[in-house]
Formats: sequence, C-alpha cells, structure tokens
Amino acid sequence: MDEALKELGEHIAAELSTAVISTDVARGELIVEVRADVVDEVMAFLRNDSNCKFQVLCDVCGVDYPSRAKRFDVVYNLLSLKHNQRIIVKAQTDARTPVPSVVSLFPAANWFERETWDMYGIMFAGHPDLRRMLTDYGFEGHPLRKDFPLTGYVEVRYSEDEKRVLYEPVKLTQEFRKFDFESPWEGTDYVLPGDEKAEGQG
Amino acid sequence: MAEVQIKNYTLNFGPQHPAAHGVLRMVMELDGEIVERIDPHIGLLHRGTEKLIEHKTYMQAMPYFDRLDYVAAMSQEHAFVLAAEKLLDCEVPERAQYIRVLFSEISRVLNHIMNVCAQAMDVGATTPMLWAFVERETLMEFYERASGARMHAAYFRVGGVHQDIPEALENDIRTFIEHFPSVLADVEALLTENRIFKQRNVDIGIVSQEEAMAWGFSGVMLRSTGLPWDLRKAEPYDVYGKMDFDIPVGLNGDCFDRYLMRMEEMRQSLKIMTQCLDQMPKGPVLSTDPKVAPPRRAAMKTSMEALINHFKHYTEGVRVPEGETYTAVEAPKGEFGVYLVSDGSSKPYRCKIRAPGFAHLQGMDFLTKGHMLADASAILGSLDIVFGEVDR
Repeated sequence: MDEALKELGEHIAAELSTAVISTDVARGELIVEVRADVVDEVMAFLRNDSNCKFQVLCDVCGVDYPSRAKRFDVVYNLLSLKHNQRIIVKAQTDARTPVPSVVSLFPAANWFERETWDMYGIMFAGHPDLRRMLTDYGFEGHPLRKDFPLTGYVEVRYSEDEKRVLYEPVKLTQEFRKFDFESPWEGTDYVLPGDEKAEGQG
Repeated sequence: MAEVQIKNYTLNFGPQHPAAHGVLRMVMELDGEIVERIDPHIGLLHRGTEKLIEHKTYMQAMPYFDRLDYVAAMSQEHAFVLAAEKLLDCEVPERAQYIRVLFSEISRVLNHIMNVCAQAMDVGATTPMLWAFVERETLMEFYERASGARMHAAYFRVGGVHQDIPEALENDIRTFIEHFPSVLADVEALLTENRIFKQRNVDIGIVSQEEAMAWGFSGVMLRSTGLPWDLRKAEPYDVYGKMDFDIPVGLNGDCFDRYLMRMEEMRQSLKIMTQCLDQMPKGPVLSTDPKVAPPRRAAMKTSMEALINHFKHYTEGVRVPEGETYTAVEAPKGEFGVYLVSDGSSKPYRCKIRAPGFAHLQGMDFLTKGHMLADASAILGSLDIVFGEVDR
C-alpha cells in the first residue's frame, strides 16, 4: 500500500515538478504540498492523468496556523474510484491571496469552497458564487480562525417589545473558562492559578 | 389573443417545512410548476461543532459526533475514533471491533428505516412510518442497553468501546434479526408495487455515473448509478474485511432504485450483524494500553496507578502524536470522513467533518431541474438529508 503511494507521489512530483513542493507518505496516506497559485492545474492533472484518476473531490477545507506568514492551509481530499486510492493536496495561502477555484473541474467544490471562505476567509479566484454558507445572513468575521473566540461576538434574542430578532454583543454571566490541563512539568508557558505572585520573585 | 408575458415565479420553501427533513430553506425559481433553479440556504442548524472540538480533548470531542447525523449516531463516532486511532497508532481489541461493526450496522438499519419511511411519507404513504418505527424503537433500546442512551450514545472510544454489551442483549439482537425481515416484507408489500409510490419515484431525480462522481456523491447515491463502491469493501476498517455481505447497486439511478437499495442494504446489515454475533470472541473491549484508554473502573478503585492514570485521562486527556489523517467510513448516508490534524497536544488542532449529506444537498439543483415542484420533496427524501450533519 505504502509502496504504491510512494510511487504515485514520485510520479506526481516528476510530472508537476514546478508545482509540487513536497510529497510525503504517512500512515498509509499520501500528502502532497503544492504551490497555491497553480492548484487548479494540479487538480486537473490529478483528475485526468491515467495513473491518478482522482475523479471524486471528497472535501475541501482550511486549516489556520496564525503564526505562519501564509497562515492558511487549503486542503483538498481526493479519491480515485479506479485505483482505490486517496490523496491529500495542501496549499498555503494568506487572507489576501486568492487560490484558484476548482469549481470548473469539480462541481462539488462549489459548496466546499464557499464553506472554506465562510469559515476562514480564504478567497477563491474564479468561484461563480462565493457567498457565505453556514453562518447567519449578514454575519461578520470568519469563525474557524484561531483568533475568533469560541463564544463569538454577537448573540441573538427575540424581543417581544419590538417583535423582531435583536443582535447584541455577547454578554457572559461568567468568564469563559479555559481548562488547560497540560502538564506544568513539560514546559508550558502559562502561569498556574495562584502562581502569579511567584513569577516576580523568580 | 395578445401574447401574455409569463414571469418566473420565485418560491420560498422552508425553513420550517415537513418535507424539508429539518431546517432547510430553499429558494426555488419556478416556471409554472416546473422547477428551473433551486438555491438551498443551509446553516440554520449550524452549531460550530468543528470549532467546539478544537477546544475539547479527544474524549470530550467524541459525543459531538452523535449530534451530527442523529439518525445513525454511532456511524459518526466510528469515523472519529478510527481517525484518532490512526494518529495514535494503537491496537483495538478484537471484541471491541466486532461490537463496533455490530452497532454500526444497527445504525445503518436505524437510518434506513427512518429514510425509507420518511421518503414514503413525503410522497403520501403514512403507514410504513408507523409500522417500521416500532422496530426502530427496539433498535434504540439496543443502543440504550449498550450505552445508556437511546440516541446520543457516546459509546465508542478511542481504543474500543466504553463497556461490554450485556449478555442478554446478544440473544435479543438475534431475535430481532429473525423477526425484522417480516417487517421489511410488510413495508415492501405496501410500497414496492404500489402504483402511487412508483409514479412518484420511478425516473425521478436520475443521477448518471459522471454526475455522481463530479458532485462528490457517495453511499447509496453513488451506488444507485451502478458503481459498486462501498468503503466497507474498498477500504475495510475494523472487522469488515471478515464479513461476507453483498453490495446492492442500482440500474437507473433514480429515487425508486435508491429506495430498493436501502431495503436490500437493511437485509445485508442483518447478515453482518448475525456474523458479528457468531464470530465475536470474548475478551477486553477497550485498549489496555494506559496511554490510549483509561483504566477499567474496578482497577481504578484498587490501584493507585490506575487512579492517577484515570485522573490524567479525564483532565488532560490523551496526547496524540503530531500528524494528520483523512479517515472515512461508510456511514448509512455515504462517505462520512474526518480530517483530523493533531499538533501533539491532547486536543485536536483541526477536525474537519466531511458529511455525505452536504455533497448530496449540493446536487439538489441539478437533480430537480426540469422536474415538477412536487418531485422536489421526493428527491429531497431520497437524498437522505439530516441537517445535523449538513450544517454541523
């Protein structure tokens, strides 16, 4: 299994030498990292090449790494029914640089890319209809970014007086509790509750 | 007579509509009674599951999966625990694998009962729902006897299942397997040759192989086009490799085929369940590796180490090595995948949930184009949509 994937990775890297940054086989899965500006060409190759035939686009999603210069990973999960193989294609981008849309190759990408835009604010160039997908009408922000708080910014309620739904800033009756149980002996960078004073002395 | 200008009519369907199977809003553009375009607006049940999971340990994250496709809860759990196990690279005791397959198949029957009967109801038949839901209740009791909850089981664990099933349950499942085909036959007698049901479903919502692949369809939707693609056969997980069962495929790819396939899949599920019960060995049901699973309760009461280990599991959680995986299972609705990224801590860095219904609902527009308005509900019914998983 791994051998076949390794060969496939080498084949893809050889055919698309300018686009592919790295290939890796881990846990029986092939992960190919490519340049973001040529994602559409890579995907077209993966779909049409007779050794690949990745004709089903299972999923497109984003991953956020705020510390990186190009903070987002766009991840494409492809499946080949012909060869019974899967591949993960990753490309890095930031909040300003659009990634070429693959909707013309895989119609399924339409909603997946809309969702990725909604959740992360990753732009897709050439997408026919890049509206929000899952969040509320008129929602602001991109909720799955790591700097978006879990509790969000606005809450809604129905006002009996005004006979409509009101949007108000989130009011927490109790501060959001972050249970951080990482072992304090293994180099954590936070201050344990009660240790605040000890910090200055040390 | 002067020519009359007919404008297309825009109709708002939902968000609260009995045929919407939940909270779906569709903006339909109609030319008379013919559907020209459908724009589904989803997200009304969006709860931010993926965001919540990023703030929970792996064990705490697991119950969220029951709440995705709440009609077949354990299939979703299965995908998540398999993904986490892949990253942890851990062994799962054989008995646990059998129990998981057994309950995944029970989930499949649960789901298909719901879907077939709801589809029948969408086109006007109420009786199947009433008959088959008696059986659905029995299955939910099996859920309850294994996990303590009828719907949101939270039964699977990374490394196995939470507890062994009670001995009497095995016999009751066998009784169910014997009895259930007669109920299926009753339902089939009502539907399969029924004139109205056929008129409403045959040649409605036809999908071709190319379309199904391009739109990312999976499960029954993909197989209805004649492609024998089932992840239980293609990428066998747990003990599916040892099971002997057939995969029904469709010929025409229409709503009627999908109904027939779901009926047959239920029979095949019964077959798998019987094999599970026959082959299931005795033994532990949860990994005995203290790095993977918490100790058994009895051990915790007597051993200091086990107590400490238990505490670490329920506070800090399991640290999962850095890496990423896309793991998919054949959920009753199609390919349910989890793309899990770990940064080496005890919480998932990213957990993308690939719901089959999301891809299927996207095809609603091209499936319904040119059909009558009333067919939209038949097609929606045969897509097998549950909003818990579509909206996440």
